[in-house]
Amino acid sequence: MNWRGVWAIYKFEMHRFRRTLWTGLAVPVITTSLYFVVFGSAIGGRMTEIGGVPYGAFIVPGLMMLSLFTESIFNGSFGIHMPRFTGTIYEILSAPLSAFETVLGYVGAAATKGLTVALVILATAHLFVPLTIEHPVLMLLYLALVALTFCMFGFIIGVWAKGFEQLQVIPLLIVTPLTFLGGAFYSIDMLPPTWRQITLFNPVVYLINGFRWTFFGTADVAFGTALVATFAFALACLAGIWWIFRTGYRLKA
Amino acid sequence: MNEPILSIRGLRKAYKSGTEALKAVDLDIHRGEIFALLGPNGAGKTTLISIVCGIVTATDGVVLVDGRNWRDDYRHARTRIGLVPQELTTDAFEPVLNTVSFSRELFGKPKNSAYVEQILRDLTLWDKRHTIMKELSGGMKRRVMIAKALAHEPDILFLDEPTAGVDVELRKDMWALVRRLRERGVTIILTTHYIEEAEEMADRVGIIRLGELILVEEKNALMQKLGRKELHLELAEPLTAVPAVLDEWDLKLNDGGTHLTYTFDGKAERTGIPSLLAAMRDLGIGFKDLETKTSSLEDIFVDLIHGGRIA
Repeated sequence: MNWRGVWAIYKFEMHRFRRTLWTGLAVPVITTSLYFVVFGSAIGGRMTEIGGVPYGAFIVPGLMMLSLFTESIFNGSFGIHMPRFTGTIYEILSAPLSAFETVLGYVGAAATKGLTVALVILATAHLFVPLTIEHPVLMLLYLALVALTFCMFGFIIGVWAKGFEQLQVIPLLIVTPLTFLGGAFYSIDMLPPTWRQITLFNPVVYLINGFRWTFFGTADVAFGTALVATFAFALACLAGIWWIFRTGYRLKA
Repeated sequence: MNEPILSIRGLRKAYKSGTEALKAVDLDIHRGEIFALLGPNGAGKTTLISIVCGIVTATDGVVLVDGRNWRDDYRHARTRIGLVPQELTTDAFEPVLNTVSFSRELFGKPKNSAYVEQILRDLTLWDKRHTIMKELSGGMKRRVMIAKALAHEPDILFLDEPTAGVDVELRKDMWALVRRLRERGVTIILTTHYIEEAEEMADRVGIIRLGELILVEEKNALMQKLGRKELHLELAEPLTAVPAVLDEWDLKLNDGGTHLTYTFDGKAERTGIPSLLAAMRDLGIGFKDLETKTSSLEDIFVDLIHGGRIA
């Protein structure tokens, strides 16, 4: 293992985040606060408890997931897209690094930032609503698994994208709508039966509900099912990355 | 020690579009030499280098670094090799010292501030070590690219057009640096457009055209071939044919019989010129003007890349 090489990429990426540290952290704090002002106070007051959980607390896992998806995809894709764009990728490709080590450096750093943002949101949310987390260790592990998975997904997008606008396409047009429709702010039990059936095809439902279960011990889907779905997505991303490095797709001519 | 440090066998690159960028190239690089790869744009110089360095995937063929396959044993190969690419690609916001240290770490080498400082001093970059890349001039960026390539102490260094777009002073600096590196035992493979650079620097020269390595030669041997000179005589009266008496000089009649060309070895003791002129005088062939010309590496090069071959 070339641990020094992995560490070099990780540090380089973390250094990039540090350059924009304050905006990077201010955005999730402000966004979360706004969500609580709008959903928590304005609408939440008119909402009843969902499955025995007050509405304000109910939306916290969804909010964390929403930001985690966006951050992970963005950082995972930008990290590998930048060197492709500027041409500095030559150095990564000519270094004595395996595919695993390269991905570990980039995805590790992106996941670190994603996790940090998610935890900042949790801390901010805690200022607005009382929260007790039923399975804190599982919550952190699950958060880490989702962060790694979406950073790998981002890595694939970063390799696939031909320009900066393409980096935005999948997060904006697919992931964000699926998250909003995936029960981030409501329980799918509140939907008419037909829509509920349709919603179950949305993979994000499983991610959000699995995470919500670690908070409250209840959710719309069984935790086991959610875990299987999350692992399945993680494996699909791993397979995608394996294929990229095996074929050199858009990395090597 | 006589085993080549780098052995390229049947290296081929074909793109899906059907373009064959490299056509089964064979090349051995000797330990400690400076090898210059000459060729016009699009000849395959960069493709060749990129395949050896792991940036481009070969369609066929093998590269051995110290006898070890560069794909099976990529960590060994890549640790040994340093690459200075043609394009100035840098991380705009990184300070010089950071970007050079990054390169060292990326290649798995432990921190060595003294060594990195030495490289930066050698390249007169030490005073600029805290400057971020985007504030450097093109020439300075080129130096940083070299520093990055040297950061992991490679013993094979690829320089892809190191002096393209570089001013005379920096070019001389680079040549001096390359010589110092060679003294330290680094094997250097450089590509260049500048024939004078190959003449000045290289121990051996390879000429590549349309993906084919059409000539590999010791520079001195090549210069011997280049040592051939030509005598051009502009005749007073046109000739229809070279008189048989002059056959021993193997003259060529050009430009509708108005010019005679005699090719001779400029380094030989007897050039044959006085006897030729005497014989011509005896035949009553007068001339208005004469000039001698040395064929340069440039002439040979131009000749080769336009399809000619050296005998």
